[in-house]
Amino acid sequence: MKLLVAVKRVIDFNVKPRVKLDGSGVDLANVKMSMNPFDEIAVEEAIRLKEKGVATEIVAVSIGPARAQETLRTALAMGADRAILVQTDEEVEPLAVAKILAKIADEEKPELVILGKQAIDDDNNATGQMLAALLGWPQGTFASKIEIADSATVTREVDGGLETVKLNLPAVVTTDLRLNEPRYASLPNIMKAKSKPLAIKSPGDYGVDVARRLETLKVVEPARRQAGIKVGSVDELVEKLKGMGIAK
Amino acid sequence: MSVLVLVEHDGKAVKDATLATVTAAAQLGEVHALVVGNNTDAVAAEAGKVAGVAKVYAANSPALEHQLAEAVAPIAAKLMESHDAFVAPATTTGKNIAPRVAALLDVMQITDILSVEGPDTFTRPIYAGNAIATVKSKDAKKVITVRTTAFEKAAREGGSASVEQVDAGGDPGTSSFVSLDASESERPELTSAKVIVSGGRAFGSSEQFHGLLDPLADKLGAAVGASRAAVDAGYAPNDYQVGQTGKIVAPQVYVAIGISGAIQHLAGMKDSKVIVAINKDEDAPIFQVADIGLVGDLFKIVPELTEKL
Repeated sequence: MKLLVAVKRVIDFNVKPRVKLDGSGVDLANVKMSMNPFDEIAVEEAIRLKEKGVATEIVAVSIGPARAQETLRTALAMGADRAILVQTDEEVEPLAVAKILAKIADEEKPELVILGKQAIDDDNNATGQMLAALLGWPQGTFASKIEIADSATVTREVDGGLETVKLNLPAVVTTDLRLNEPRYASLPNIMKAKSKPLAIKSPGDYGVDVARRLETLKVVEPARRQAGIKVGSVDELVEKLKGMGIAK
Repeated sequence: MSVLVLVEHDGKAVKDATLATVTAAAQLGEVHALVVGNNTDAVAAEAGKVAGVAKVYAANSPALEHQLAEAVAPIAAKLMESHDAFVAPATTTGKNIAPRVAALLDVMQITDILSVEGPDTFTRPIYAGNAIATVKSKDAKKVITVRTTAFEKAAREGGSASVEQVDAGGDPGTSSFVSLDASESERPELTSAKVIVSGGRAFGSSEQFHGLLDPLADKLGAAVGASRAAVDAGYAPNDYQVGQTGKIVAPQVYVAIGISGAIQHLAGMKDSKVIVAINKDEDAPIFQVADIGLVGDLFKIVPELTEKL
């Protein structure tokens, strides 16, 4: 079966984002960018399914600026077979991303689309669910285990524990952190990835309007906490806790 | 404006997350509650008593028993023909269902709101809570998820809404529930606990994690949380995880023990009223947000603290 994997280029998860002084957004100039961590997990899972003989081809897709090619090359170096970049300098919202991915799914006819559960920049946690809705496919969100036979059996991380659901194929799955440990691309594979096919498209090719539905009026830093104190002993800590009425 | 609120419940009772969601929704307009499930009469009656709820819609069918998104989203989308906003708690249930509803309505979701600034304007955290964005929605209908720790809980009593049964739709038949492996805990629920004691990788083993934290939590009537490192190391189950990718909490007191304070962890707890940190590394980032810090070895401090409380 064919798998489609969606990846996003985002600020590296180790970087502490800085809010621009004019309140227009987060300063991304000269900041290290990487593949969204949840998407690495999605790519890894797709590759493992291929290694198990379940999947035959993995197509990685990204929607973003020209430099998102680097993110796709990373996916190719990890083991994806080919890539599609839908190039735009606009900041594309999950709804528009889902519409583009739905069009690509119509063309490519994958049996499974794997996405990360959320991007660590906009923290929306919406694209996978929206894609499933647009395609009319079932969804397995926050997956920590995926088993594929005639259907997909997905274990999901829910608030009270773990829920297992069975999804008819084709289906959409979004990855949670504990699904797997993504591999590093080896140098020979990074070199090989350079010659794998990478098609460049535009949102217009899919007839999708990427105009934003949400206008960002301003972006500010969260309120800073007052500086705290350090206590020197457990007795002092107990006294403080008692003072707050937490302990008797 | 009329607002449809997705009621979070476990088949038996309305969960606290719903109450905070009602408070947020009431700032937009008249609140109608949607209870979806199987045999939900008791839950629907309870939802009708919540202060501020003007009407309850109940959809019941065996296909809805486990509130799978494929079956729930079309019901909500249908009811949205006569509502202006759909509001769900940003719990795993809400996050699973709401974007599916949004796409069916062809609107962009406004995720995890912290405040309502106007009928179409909201604040929400981005970049793991390192920035707060004010966003204005241009969509005619709004689909919103609510950060439940950012809103007071509506009172469980005071309302007297009538319950109307609505068409439960068919079974889309594309997905089915297999099993739920619920974590058993007699302690308060993490997201609604007043006090949380949370442990990190420094505990070294599952035995030490539970052996040291559980008695302390019991003394304080607290819930137990964990950092991702502690969960990945197998010291605690996944649903203990506090952070950007786990649960977002804002208790009265959060006691972080052996947790360094990575941005992803802080994203889940830095709105706690009082943060207490116990760590042997005095340069650990957690001390930058802690109100009360104690530098030292947790293996000595935690038993002593438990004894002295």
